[in-house]
Formats: sequence, C-alpha cells, structure tokens
Amino acid sequence: MREVALVAFAQSPSVRQDLRRNEVEILTPVIAEAIRWGGVPRKEIGFTCSGSCDYLAGVPFSFVSALDAVGAWPPIRESHVEMDGAWALYEAWVRLQVGDVDSALVYGFGKSSVGDPRDISVLQLDPYYAAPLWPDSVSLAALQARALLQSSGYTERDFAEVVARSLRDAKRNPNAQVSGDFSPDELVKARYDVSPLREHDCPPVSDGAAAVVLAAGDLARKVCERPAWIAGIDHRIEAHSLGARDLTKSPSAALAAEKAGMGKGSLDVAELHAPFSHQELILREALGLGESVAINPSGGALAANPIMAAGLIRIGEAAQLVMDGSAKRAVGHATSGPCLQQNLICVLEAR
Amino acid sequence: MSDLSVSTQAEVLSAPHVLEYPYKRSLGPVIGRFFTSLRERRIEGIRGSDGRVIVPPTEYDPVTSETLSEFVEVGQAGVVTTWAWVSQPRPNHPLQQPFAWALVRLDGADTALLHAVDADSESAMRTGMRVRVRWAAAPEGGMRDIECFEPEPSA
Amino acid sequence: MSEESLTVLRSPVKLEYTFTAGETSSRFLRGFAEGKILGRRCPECEKVYVPPRGNCPICTSPMKEEMELAHTGTITKFCIVNLPFAARQIEIPYVSASILLDGADVPIFHLIQEIPYDQIRIGMRVEAVWVAPDERIPGMESITHFGPTGEPDVDIDLFEDADA
Repeated sequence: MREVALVAFAQSPSVRQDLRRNEVEILTPVIAEAIRWGGVPRKEIGFTCSGSCDYLAGVPFSFVSALDAVGAWPPIRESHVEMDGAWALYEAWVRLQVGDVDSALVYGFGKSSVGDPRDISVLQLDPYYAAPLWPDSVSLAALQARALLQSSGYTERDFAEVVARSLRDAKRNPNAQVSGDFSPDELVKARYDVSPLREHDCPPVSDGAAAVVLAAGDLARKVCERPAWIAGIDHRIEAHSLGARDLTKSPSAALAAEKAGMGKGSLDVAELHAPFSHQELILREALGLGESVAINPSGGALAANPIMAAGLIRIGEAAQLVMDGSAKRAVGHATSGPCLQQNLICVLEAR
Repeated sequence: MSDLSVSTQAEVLSAPHVLEYPYKRSLGPVIGRFFTSLRERRIEGIRGSDGRVIVPPTEYDPVTSETLSEFVEVGQAGVVTTWAWVSQPRPNHPLQQPFAWALVRLDGADTALLHAVDADSESAMRTGMRVRVRWAAAPEGGMRDIECFEPEPSA
Repeated sequence: MSEESLTVLRSPVKLEYTFTAGETSSRFLRGFAEGKILGRRCPECEKVYVPPRGNCPICTSPMKEEMELAHTGTITKFCIVNLPFAARQIEIPYVSASILLDGADVPIFHLIQEIPYDQIRIGMRVEAVWVAPDERIPGMESITHFGPTGEPDVDIDLFEDADA
C-alpha cells in the first residue's frame, strides 16, 4: 500500500447554534486553515472529498454549495459521501492509493441546530420496520444502554464517570462546546431523558466543521515535519435490524480494528467517537483498550458533536497528537448508524 | 415551501422550512407477505441460513447473504429483551402517553422486534417480562397494524 | 378491503427546520426589500458575483466590496417550460432565463414576461419589474419578472466567459 499521512487538521469551535453563519461560512476559514498548515497549495491538491448530510441541512444537494469554500475552478477531482467526514477520509485514502495524485483535502461539516437531529436520525433506519415508529436516536441508544447494564457489571454511575472525565478533559480543548467539572455522584441524580440515559449521557447538539489534508510518501515528508502516517484504516458494518444484533458488543469495531492492524503495537491515545456515554464502555472492550491508553483527551463527542464532522475530528485530534510529538501511535474511531452499527478505525503513527 | 417570515430586528435572516416527502415504497415479496399477514393478525418470520427464525423477516440472511424463502409463523406474545422508558413522548412516537420502547422476542422467533409497550409506569417494565400484541382496530398495512404491545397479565 | 397481498407502503416524511441565511445572503435578501439588487466583487479575480457569497467561488478570497447592480441586463440563455411546476402558480408555457445584469459577471435566473415566448431571444435586453414598494420583502419575489426594454439586442459573443 502507498504510504499516506495526515499533514494538517483544522476545526471550528463547536457551538450550540451559529445564528450568524451558514454552513459554507463556518467551513471556509476551517478549510483555509487546513490548507495553510498543510503546505500543499490549494490548486495543487489532487483530490477533494467531503462528508455531510442533506437531511441534516434540510436541503437536497446541500454539499454542492460548500464548494465555495474549496475554490472549484478550474474544475477539481471531487467526491462526496452522505456520511461523517471520516468516511470521506477513507475514500480519499483509497483514491491516493491509485498513485496519480499525491494529496487530498477532506472535510466534514453540519449545522445540527437547523433541524432536530433526534428525528432526522430516524431516516437512516429500516423504512419498513423501524422508521414508521419514529424511534429517535436517544431512544435507540437507551435500549442499548439498558442491554449493557443487564449483561455486564457496568452501572449508571460508570456512564456518569465517562461523562465527568470527558467534560473535565474538554476544559483544555478550545473547540469543545461543553466542558466543566461534574461529580459522577451528582450526575446520577439527574432526571432521565429516555431511561436509563440522562441528558448528560447524550451528545450536545452542535454546529461545526473540520478539515484535514492528506499527503502521500515524499510529499508528506516534504510538507510536514512529523506526518501522522495512516498505518491502517478499515471500516465494517453490522446487520440492519436492531433485534438481530448484540447491542452490548461492537463486533464491527473489533473487526475493523483487527483489519487495520490496531493490535500490532501499543497505543498512546484513542479518540473514540462515542456520542452516548455507555458506548465508550462498549468500544473500549471491543477494541481491547487497557488502562495505559488515554481515551478522548479532546473530551470526545460528549463535549462537542457536530454531526458529519465528529468522527473526522476524532481522527484529526489523534493525528494532531502524533504531529506535535505527544503520541507515537494513536487510533481515531468514527461511528455511523444507530447504536454503533458501523465503525471505522484509523491507526496513526509517527515514523 | 419556504415561508419567509422575517425578523427585522436581527441582522441575519432566518425562516422556518418544512420538508415533506410523500414516499411510497415497494414492499417486495418478503416484506409484502409480512405486512399482509399483519393485516390478518398473524405474524410471520423467515428461516435464516443457520435455522434461526428472523422476525421481522428479511430478504437475505444477515450473516451469509443467502436468499431466504421459508416463512414461519410465530406467536403474538413474547419476551422483552431490553427496554427504555419514554416519560415525554415526542409528537411522532407511536404512543402519546409515557411508554416503553422494547425489543420483543416473540414466541418461536430468534430475533427481536422493535416496538412500543403501553405499560402503566416505568416500574411495570423489566427485561424478561412477557408482553403481547395489541392489534390496531383499523389496519392500514404496516408496522402500526400492531398498535403496540401490552404487558401480559401474570398467571 | 382488498384481499390481495400488500405491495406498497406509504411512508411520508415531514421534518421541520429553521434556516439561517448567513450574513452575506441576509444583506442580499434585505436589498430586495429596499428595491436593490446587490452584488460583491472579488478583490483577486475582480469578478462581480450575484447573488453575492462571502467568498469567491474560484479563489475563496473574502468578498467584502458590495455594490448595487443595475436592474437592466441581457438574456444569455432561456428555456420555455411546458410542464406545470407544482410549487408555482405560473401559466404555461412560461420562460425562465439567465440574465446577465449590467455590471455583473454571473447571471441570475428569473422569469421573462410581457413578450410572447416565441419572440424571446438570446441577447435581448430586459429590465426588472418590481412589486409595489410597500409590498417588497427580503427575497427575489420582490421582482415579479423581467420584461423587454426595447433596446437593440446585444451581440452575445461580447460576453466571453459569461457563466455557462
């Protein structure tokens, strides 16, 4: 495989609702910053790929207007996925394997504040059997959370500990939307949203965008002092039907990690895209992450969840730690679909 | 359709927008048979590659992708395998009083069906409890022909 | 009730949103309420865009320079629509056109009326027709259509790279 690395990462500070700017206006400075740090001139970028969701935006072909942030004239090689930008990164990595271009710009963006993401998420479900009941994203996550409580030794207080640690770490993240010091004992006294999940177990609604620049081989070495090399990348998906899955485990995350070679070396840090607190516990087990791995130093999706960018941000945050020398080997994880149905693992390392 | 009702106070304009799509979906032979049976107050699953009975039925085996064709009728009551309590139903939810979502493994089925349980309170719910179908009075040909589930009275 | 097997499921979707126009688009839309058509110029490319965007779509430079555009322009393309479009109550056939306003480098889209559809041609000079001042809203509907000015046609080859 051709060696490909992240050489730049930029994101907007996540906010509950950006009343001033539309998606393109949020995205433009993020892309400009990624291009500036990436060291590859904009017009020399070989491939551009983005992740966003029309239903989130409420507009068909909404991603087309985002090309204003990229400068698509003369015409560029460009693609788009109706998924989190992490999958746009996967497509860009595949594209770079072809060998005719050496760099890619990848971005993910969305304003979750425009509609109601809890209802919009219903549209990704089986349209015959599940969607007509309109089970929103929190309801489905709650079914998974209770299944986890029943089948494991985890408690609701364990969920609260994930929240407390995440929001405490988020204090150091200037792009986090929610942060602070919370006591797990106090958190478990809060009212349920859909039991057994409480509001703090759920992700915030966020408007935001993120971008990365990928470069291959010698170009990466030329533009970046310490590229975050993609040592392995893979994604897997589970069955469509919730009732046919074991919601307490994540076999697709485990398989993606195996195929990406995650277990080939020790990990310093793992950025896990766990929009609900209990999902971090499931992922830790599926990925076999021990105590020595720092989990979500950024605060994770509980601190900021710009849907369509949150997974890309996990990979970007992990890569940033490799690029600045804090980590030698890291993993960025992204998820899609209800209850961790689909999972992507990106293993990053310094060389 | 956009209704440009404008706030003249704010610098930036905003407007409400309703997105509506009148989707009409082809069912195909498997889902069509399942919904036709529901209309007749019968529930049918389909036998998977490994012999397990999948409810609701899928066209292909979730593991082997083999085309499936052997329908198996299952019971109209079953066991709750996990549940979640909705104290504040959303407008689109199947019930408009507090209710539980549940995955229900019907008698004779090996996979669980997602639906709502009309229980009096959260304390009435527990994993392992038995629930039975409450049929809709006027079936329309879809999942809501099962109006919801209700707790089976204990023996 | 039919005894036949079910073959179709109606599954309507209805979702509600609140759109935010963003700063640049808001100024553009507010312009209509004041009887103005606003454009912006890119400092690098020097092209004038309408509707204006915050950034130039070619070089992405921020476009801060705003100007009023003329209400007159030239038809660069048009089409005659014979199918009714459910969302609009327009008598068919009607004509939709790309109109390059004087001073702009990209055309806008609008209706052409006040002239039989088979007499419309590329290069024809047209002018915006507005609703009464007290009926104008922050939106392009403040202009009901473009109608002929009566000026001689313009040679379209003069517009070397008027947007396709």
